[in-house]
Amino acid sequence: MKLNFLTAHELQGLLKAKKIDPAQIIADIEERCRIVEPKIKAFARAPFFKNVSFAPRHQGELSGIPAVIKDNICSDGDLTECSSRILEGFRPPYDATVVEKLKASGSFIIAKANMDEFAFGSSCETSCFYPTRNPWNTDHVPGGSSGGSAASVAADEAIFSLGSDTGGSIRQPAALCGIVGLKPTYGRVSRYGLIAFASSLDQIGPLTKDVRDSALLLKVIAGHDEKDATSVDIPVPDYPALLGKDVKGMRVAIPREYFVEGMDHEVRQALSEAKNKLGSLGVTFGEVSLPHTEYAVAAYYIIATAEASSNLARFDGVQYGLRNSEKTNTAQPPLIAMYKETRGKGFGAEAKRRIILGTYVLSSGYYDAYYLRASKVRALIKDDFDKVFKEFDLILTPTSPTAAFKLGEKTNDPLNMYLSDIYTISANLAGLPAISLPCGLTKKGLPIGMQILGKPFEEEDIFRLAYQYEQNTVWHKAKPKGL
Amino acid sequence: MAYEAVIGLEVHVQLKTKTKSFCGCVNEFGLKENTNICPVCLGLPGSLPVLNQKAYKMSMKAGLALGCIPRQCVKFDRKNYFYPDLPKNFQISQYDMPFAENGSLDISVNGRNKKIRIKRVHLEEDAGKLIHPFGESYSLVDFNRAGTPLLEIVSEPDMHSPEDAYQYLTDLKLILQYLDVSDCDMEKGSLRCDANISLRPEGQATLGTKAELKNMNSFKAVKAALAYEIMRQGKILGNKEHIAQETRLWDEKKEETFTMRSKEEAHDYRYFPEPDLPLFVFSDAEVEEIRKTIPELPKDRLRRFVSTLQVSEKDAVVLISIKELADLFEACLDLYNEPKKIANWLIGPVLSHARPSFPVTPESLTKVISLVEDGAVSNLAGKSILAEMVETGKSPQDIMREKNLAQVSDPDELKLVIDQVIANNKKSVADYLAGKDNALMFLVGQVMRLSSGKANPKAAKDMMTERLKKC
Amino acid sequence: MRISKDDVKYIANLARLGLTDSEVESLQTQLEVILEYIDKLKKVDVSKTQALTNALYVKNAYRPDNPKASIDSHKIIAVAPAHEGNFFKVPKIIE
Repeated sequence: MKLNFLTAHELQGLLKAKKIDPAQIIADIEERCRIVEPKIKAFARAPFFKNVSFAPRHQGELSGIPAVIKDNICSDGDLTECSSRILEGFRPPYDATVVEKLKASGSFIIAKANMDEFAFGSSCETSCFYPTRNPWNTDHVPGGSSGGSAASVAADEAIFSLGSDTGGSIRQPAALCGIVGLKPTYGRVSRYGLIAFASSLDQIGPLTKDVRDSALLLKVIAGHDEKDATSVDIPVPDYPALLGKDVKGMRVAIPREYFVEGMDHEVRQALSEAKNKLGSLGVTFGEVSLPHTEYAVAAYYIIATAEASSNLARFDGVQYGLRNSEKTNTAQPPLIAMYKETRGKGFGAEAKRRIILGTYVLSSGYYDAYYLRASKVRALIKDDFDKVFKEFDLILTPTSPTAAFKLGEKTNDPLNMYLSDIYTISANLAGLPAISLPCGLTKKGLPIGMQILGKPFEEEDIFRLAYQYEQNTVWHKAKPKGL
Repeated sequence: MAYEAVIGLEVHVQLKTKTKSFCGCVNEFGLKENTNICPVCLGLPGSLPVLNQKAYKMSMKAGLALGCIPRQCVKFDRKNYFYPDLPKNFQISQYDMPFAENGSLDISVNGRNKKIRIKRVHLEEDAGKLIHPFGESYSLVDFNRAGTPLLEIVSEPDMHSPEDAYQYLTDLKLILQYLDVSDCDMEKGSLRCDANISLRPEGQATLGTKAELKNMNSFKAVKAALAYEIMRQGKILGNKEHIAQETRLWDEKKEETFTMRSKEEAHDYRYFPEPDLPLFVFSDAEVEEIRKTIPELPKDRLRRFVSTLQVSEKDAVVLISIKELADLFEACLDLYNEPKKIANWLIGPVLSHARPSFPVTPESLTKVISLVEDGAVSNLAGKSILAEMVETGKSPQDIMREKNLAQVSDPDELKLVIDQVIANNKKSVADYLAGKDNALMFLVGQVMRLSSGKANPKAAKDMMTERLKKC
Repeated sequence: MRISKDDVKYIANLARLGLTDSEVESLQTQLEVILEYIDKLKKVDVSKTQALTNALYVKNAYRPDNPKASIDSHKIIAVAPAHEGNFFKVPKIIE
């Protein structure tokens, strides 16, 4: 078995037992990429296998195990462009905190994953480079915005990857690609070095082949960071050590708003079977209501775009990245022309749409009606969850309303694209941890994911349930064919 | 028609923290361009701000000292606009939940007391610096200053004359210096002031259209700019025309204000809560702890100097106008209980030697004063000892010895000199005896001359008077 | 109509975003649809609710007033789109 098909924890074992050495892992990955990458284009640019050094700089949990990180996570000296023209050539002079932690645990970056430009998207089609394709069927999208992170892991080009999740950008591509994707509690993982989309919603998280790897990665990257004032100072549990507890008596809520008339019947079916499986393991269920669910997408698109419009203001051609110096509009003062030309040429259509919408909802006269109102609805959404978590340990929902759609299917319908996030968005608004893991395949052979949400900073309960489910099913063993 | 000027001031001071507001870069002036930078103050993608604890405490301290009501829950907001000296194209500032609000400053102008209300005190980060090389088509940006903590103090429009404004600024600066939160040095840019001024007919309650004034680099300039504006706006209103609501810059050379060609059209700053910073919650205990660090403020000190320490109002005003000077005064008083004499020395010779600080210790200064008062050295010699002390740091006694400045008071020694003067100045002696009192001073002067300034003038005068009686 | 083409142009100016005429047109159409959808928030009773805007689980996070090393300016200036000596260079702002 080629090493690229293994999980991090399996490789850990083999490395510790000195049955393999790190160079073999890289060699197998390199070979796999040669075959598969032209078909799926998961990476933003060619991986850098040559720069890998095996001198044991640090020994740790992930010694010798390579990492793929999304193109919006800064690594010192590496091109980090958020799949956008406006960041052309940008090499951050510093490492994101999660990258420091990966390195401290012995891992190293071998590639940057393709993404929707600035994380704006649910299909990886707004990348300025090219769309990434779903390894299960290359006519279909891998999901987004961490499409490349998910596809590379699903295709076994990567052992694990890191992505970012603002409205579902880890979980939805994980579901569409049949792998495990975790969004930690807001504040669990440092955002320092993550090029921001929506600061109050963003979190970095792992995309992995199984739940144990997810637990392992979270243990490595989580923790308080003095450079991130929104990160929380509470101890990080040894998540992998806590796996394996049985789930008898765990109380899981099923929110009725997530299982409506007319939902995709294959998704409904897969969730129903998952529920039965969990029930057979001793889990008890209850139907609950999250009454403000229908307002989540609207609230999200106001808050997220408002924050994004401000976060993206810094991309102006002054310090780094693209600068458009052609003076095409001499009616403007030269500086203003530079800003407008640079940003006009550097941002793609979705980025422009979000910047305009975000600027609009913050503008004079509209702030109260939009941003302020959305922030209050956000509080109500969080309250809904707080109420449910008084009686229940976890919540079970589908991750995505459908399996992977075709490339180009939703690109002309922005609102429809936004609605793909309907199941994942609320967790970001409420700051809750949530995981997606595979729970079925459609008739056409495309993966279906289920989502488990937990209480703030209680990821161990999510892992506990997810692990038992996984170990009692075989979905996590399924691999895309024909690559 | 008589018009009344209505003036409000916005003052920005750089806080005296060691580091910038949101990152660990040092808070220093004059470094080589773009060397005091980091991902945070440059606003590099992925960077995040973390609030400097000292800045937060200083802001609350200033608010409390200005009589404001502190907020229990404080929030930061983003002020969004595009400008090349603003690395993120937004400034982290405070919009609706600043540190403190609704305070006041009592000022006294031409003997009249006025209360100037303070609307709010908030913290924000400074922008970088722009340089516009003359005649070129480009500008240069230096981000060293970006991220420096600025305290903004906004007054209500309670001032009605350029003198009011000048006094407000003087008093405000002194309070902030006493609090040790800022150097308030307009030349170094650690204090900046913008003014809003409008005119309205006397007796009218509603405000007229205001102009915003910028680019005033000293308190004098603020006063002059306001005076100019009163005249300019008065003329316009006199012609029954309208005042344009605009920003005007003060031209120091031409001594007039002119319209700033629109830098920005209507500013829509799109304020919203800064999501990268949490809320800051102050307990009552914490506020009290900060309040306890407020030293005696200038007005209270002035009162105490006059009523308890027997200093004249005139002297007290000078002493308290520089905190270090007032501190030195009190320290000297502890060693040598002669307030008037100490005050004279401080206000005169010591102040004339002041560099950024006062290079004398209470011990050395009181020693000099007592040497003079005891007659060991003359007043003049005392002043030169002080100068030498400042220059070399040597002790007064050492200097006195080295420079042989000991005053001569010994009667036998004086007698010799006096006799000689009397012998050499028969005409003056005669003049004195004939009733010309001035002649005495002349003769004493000759004693001083002959003794190379060493004679104790008082003793010399007394002895001379006695001696002349025998003539 | 919730948002006009002029609104789009005004907002684009605030955001310093250069748009072609056809971009203005398609943005106006798309945003009209999105804003109509977003209007559903008007149905929610938020009269008794406090906005949730800042870090959900943290208060009072700050750092001590201790200096940290700055970064080597060469790393930044050398890769800037335009610079003169150690300064960033930008087209003139007319004041």
